Amino acid sequence: MSDNRVFPEWLGRELDDVLYECRELLEDTSFPTVARWREAGGKVAGHFQVYFPEEIAHAGGLLPFKMRGATVEPVHSDSRFGSYLCSIIKTSLELVLNKNIELDLFVTHPICDAARNLAGIWGRNYDYPCQILYLPQNANSGHSATYLRGEYDRLRRTLEEVAGRPITDEDLRSSLAVFNENRSLLRELYAIKRETPWLVSAEDAYVLVALGGLLPREEHNDLLRAVLPKIREGSAKRQDRMRVVFEGGFCEQPPLDMIRAIGRSCYVVDDDLLIGLRWILEDVPAEDDPLHSLAEAYLESSSYSPVQHDLRKPKEKMLLERIERAGAEAAIVTAAKMCEPGLEEQVAYTYALDEANVPYFVSEFEENMSNFEHLQIQLETFMENLLFD
Amino acid sequence: MDDDLGLDGTIVGRGNKDGAQLFRTWFEGLSEAAEQGRGAAYVFVMGSMCELLQVFDLPVVFPEINSLQTAVRRVAHEFLSEAEDYGYSPDICGYVKADVAVQLRGGEHPMGRIPKPSIAVYTNACNTYIKWAEIWERMHDTQIFTLDVPGSRAAGKQTWPGDPDFENDRAYVSAQIKELIPILEQVSGVKFDIDRLRESLRYANVMSAAWARVLELNQSTPSLFNALSDGTIYLGVANGFRGAEEGARYFTELVEEMEYKSEHGIGTLTDEKYRLLFVGVPCYPIFRRFTELFTEWGGTFVGSTYLWFASGGSNLGFQYDLDDPIESLAEGVLVSVRDAMDSMFFQTDMLAEMIDDYGADGVVYHPIKSCRTVSTGLADNRRALMKATNIPSLFIESDLMDRRVVSEAQLKNRVDAFFEGLASRKQQAVIS
Repeated sequence: MSDNRVFPEWLGRELDDVLYECRELLEDTSFPTVARWREAGGKVAGHFQVYFPEEIAHAGGLLPFKMRGATVEPVHSDSRFGSYLCSIIKTSLELVLNKNIELDLFVTHPICDAARNLAGIWGRNYDYPCQILYLPQNANSGHSATYLRGEYDRLRRTLEEVAGRPITDEDLRSSLAVFNENRSLLRELYAIKRETPWLVSAEDAYVLVALGGLLPREEHNDLLRAVLPKIREGSAKRQDRMRVVFEGGFCEQPPLDMIRAIGRSCYVVDDDLLIGLRWILEDVPAEDDPLHSLAEAYLESSSYSPVQHDLRKPKEKMLLERIERAGAEAAIVTAAKMCEPGLEEQVAYTYALDEANVPYFVSEFEENMSNFEHLQIQLETFMENLLFD
Repeated sequence: MDDDLGLDGTIVGRGNKDGAQLFRTWFEGLSEAAEQGRGAAYVFVMGSMCELLQVFDLPVVFPEINSLQTAVRRVAHEFLSEAEDYGYSPDICGYVKADVAVQLRGGEHPMGRIPKPSIAVYTNACNTYIKWAEIWERMHDTQIFTLDVPGSRAAGKQTWPGDPDFENDRAYVSAQIKELIPILEQVSGVKFDIDRLRESLRYANVMSAAWARVLELNQSTPSLFNALSDGTIYLGVANGFRGAEEGARYFTELVEEMEYKSEHGIGTLTDEKYRLLFVGVPCYPIFRRFTELFTEWGGTFVGSTYLWFASGGSNLGFQYDLDDPIESLAEGVLVSVRDAMDSMFFQTDMLAEMIDDYGADGVVYHPIKSCRTVSTGLADNRRALMKATNIPSLFIESDLMDRRVVSEAQLKNRVDAFFEGLASRKQQAVIS
């Protein structure tokens, strides 16, 4: 069984060792699991942040790989971009230019003005299909689900060409089942964060989610199935820490060290880190038309982010709901440097938090930051002020 | 007829003169609407839907144009500072921030007073449009409507009527337009009249055909207008008066002017030495000086991607079918806005074609801090274009609003070096 796995290192290990292996894997910018997948003859569909219907790629037998940047220097990609751009745009391309990752398909989305350019840039540098998946930006149209179903069908045809085989509805139903289990396990992980945050560090919870973006989802499910009960059984004691929601990690990711630094000062009881992997909130029914079910779920049973417009989900209202649902006492409102949607939302968030009288801490980050001493001192001061207020 | 003549007794210069006058009239109308407390429809240049909005008698506001006017009038920094004090980061689009300040000032603007939005209608051609509209929604509780127009999925992969993917997109756009109409009726209190839409589409047809012809006529040698300076005036009218009789008349007369200039060999410069293409967005904080950096060397911009995307793709000259107004509007918006996006994301082939058609000697790339939509891929596009055509190019960065990131001296150094290279290349060509 382990021979076919791309991430066998955790098997048969104690919880601490498993989590160590997971952290090592996530921080390995050579992406060994993707390389092993390719060595075994598998094909890879790279998809840029935030949300991608991975089930369709999975149904075609491809590995959906989440392009979320990396802590690498944009040595080759820098000359392909202008200034004033976020880091993730550059480092994502760097990963393919420096051959850390090899893809068979690249898909980006109109999530922001920079990201939608990636299909053009990628397509000028690679011969494999590089395209934009137009997820609907008018979620309130009565026709959005029908349109999205058509767009998913177009994607299915592209994936069939890459996979070299048809992707049937039955394939899709099987994939939906795998991903429904994955969603359920991730919900369980977040329930632990909310209910007993002392049992899992912010950093480890993040790592466990993030691995979903670079592992076959069946393996990710195996990992979570094995780890979550052990986390639940943990003996760590509750400490007197503030319960905090972290907001601003929907696209570019804060470095793991930053999440670790934050986790030392408070309990992160909910967040929007890698929200695309947790976008759909419920099981997707695998009935008559799986593509339509997937489209419907994207629109109707989903989370929120600054890059999806839906009149039913004003972002500041959604953040306040997240804070309330998680029983949080404060918020950390961040944005990646040069991330326009994130920076714009920060304004709305802070005004809404002021109005709701929720304390908050504002910061910016970049995935390649390496010094968090200053951040940690500021954050601890913020927390102490609240604790002794 | 004499009133229409330029200073030299011909129609030369009429387009600029009349364009400026129409602009003033438009802003006077906006000030009047603001004084009367009337709400406006806020729209953007890529997919303004002015053809439809004309039917509902709503004053139309283009916040992008308002914002650039603050830069041209050299007061943008005051507006940017005000928005930054409110909380908006220096790294956010300057257009957005200038407008935030206009809203905070109750509509106060160097050209008059801007009415508040009663509705915002915008496409997703630029993602910032959506975030921007959300600001009005929060500030004024404005009704906002995203008209989602899917663009090309990849370079050279446009689909056309009859293709199932095109029809999927068209059905989506059409459904949204049908959903927008009752909202506009409610906001304006005016009943939808399909014959008024036909009339508006007819004017838009005249304008689009004329705009395509004006752009084509600049293939003349010498070039008839500077795509950067004169072109921006034409763009203002193309946007503000789309679907209106004045706009149709203006562009009909502009074609007349350009044909006259072409027939008589009247160029925009007295001594045209270099024909250039402009890729990006103008540098409005030093708008006139920026153009002079090129014209002083005998360089003129014969074409510009700006004139494509900032006209919402009406450079295509799409003609609406007046027998089927709504479906045709959906198709026209889809095809035109898609083309506007293509000219920002997938422009390599378009530029290569333009180099041949316009006899261009060089390409000037001007990415800007404020606009990631236009600027993100330009460096890579330049690499690809140079590989395909070996055309000389210049890559200079600044901004469309923020003078803090505009260094005139640095720009001049780069532009001078570029022209020295062009001159040397021409000499070499003569020798060989």
